Amino acid sequence: MAMTIHVDVVSAEKSIYSGLAEIVVAPGVMGELGILPHHSPLITRIKPGPVRLKVPDQAEEEVFFVSGGILEVQPGVVTVLADVAMRGHDIDEAKALEAKAAAEDAMRNKGSEIDYARAQAELAEAVAQIATLEKIKKKTH
Amino acid sequence: MAGSKEIRTKIKSVENTRKITKAMEMVAASKMRKAQERMRAARPYAEKIRNVAAHLSHAHPEYKHPFLVARENVKNVGIVVVTSDKGLCGGLNTNVLRLSLNKMKEWESSGKKVSVSAIGNKGLGFMSRIGGNVRSQVTGLGDAPHMDKLIGPLKVMLDAYVAGEIDALYVSYTRFINTMKQEAVVEQILPLSGERLGAAEGRWDYIYEPDAQVIIDELMVRYVESLIYHAVAENMASEQSARMVAMKAASDNAKNVIGELKLVYNKARQAAITKEISEIVGGAAAV
Repeated sequence: MAMTIHVDVVSAEKSIYSGLAEIVVAPGVMGELGILPHHSPLITRIKPGPVRLKVPDQAEEEVFFVSGGILEVQPGVVTVLADVAMRGHDIDEAKALEAKAAAEDAMRNKGSEIDYARAQAELAEAVAQIATLEKIKKKTH
Repeated sequence: MAGSKEIRTKIKSVENTRKITKAMEMVAASKMRKAQERMRAARPYAEKIRNVAAHLSHAHPEYKHPFLVARENVKNVGIVVVTSDKGLCGGLNTNVLRLSLNKMKEWESSGKKVSVSAIGNKGLGFMSRIGGNVRSQVTGLGDAPHMDKLIGPLKVMLDAYVAGEIDALYVSYTRFINTMKQEAVVEQILPLSGERLGAAEGRWDYIYEPDAQVIIDELMVRYVESLIYHAVAENMASEQSARMVAMKAASDNAKNVIGELKLVYNKARQAAITKEISEIVGGAAAV
């Protein structure tokens, strides 16, 4: 049997693949990488593209498309930390600006100071409502 | 038969309400299961990225990422407030907002300025009503949390941290303990404590492509994002289970109300019949 290496492909939202592979091919920023068992520890960014795995006893290669991320090689384990979204300085910046603008929009008619008294009154009212509801519920049971 | 028609209408209306709350309960129950799965699905990534980040910070002592450096004089605090978009989920949002507010008050009374990043409609509404300094926000996350939507608002906070506009970052959300129990918590995100990062197993030197600093920078941002993502995923599971419990209570209440109304209705009906009979008997006796 050919030598194998354990591979985990994970994204923030789910685990994509976990198992053995004979070779992992990933699109690194400095060029395509092929990782074989006993590769020395390596950490690199990967570009958007396919990550291919040769799974033992399976003719077809497993292919996952990742939109970038980080590839880490430890002795015996390869981890692909895949991004779930397209990343890039400009894209991230645009998203940040959007979130900021939305916040500014929402804040347009705010006072300068936090009105703690009012906020607390508001919360106390809500808590009292819940407490009352619970009391009513207990009584009717 | 005065009032019996009104009571009948009332019973009908409460029955309709009960149908709705019952349906919402069942919808929340199925959404909760999915939300819990999502919460679990995010765990491997968080665990892996934590491990790599721990490795890197140990293997590379000469470069300290700003996220890892604790600042001596904390003047400005940022807090990411995670709430739900929709209501009808019991005291969930109220609890988390109350806790956040208490913390904010504490910080302000010790002379620290607070700015907020609001995730979720309820928190945003509350923060803007009370006049908090909202730096960024995102609402309308839907049933599944998406990293895509969280990157923007979080980047605003992370940039502010790197630029020195805030010296510490916290997150407040509702932790999912089990279906019946959720707990509002405030956790510190930045600076990342060594404890949170933990120790790495084994030690080795990496080959870095392109170079260590770039990788560490990217990794740290992703690590913090995964922490926030996890908080949001957990908040969503909490939201659905809180809604399920709240709607179950509402359905039970409606059932009780229906029972009571039926009793009143039957009594009224009985009284009307008795009255009619006595009238007939009285009439017959008179003839």
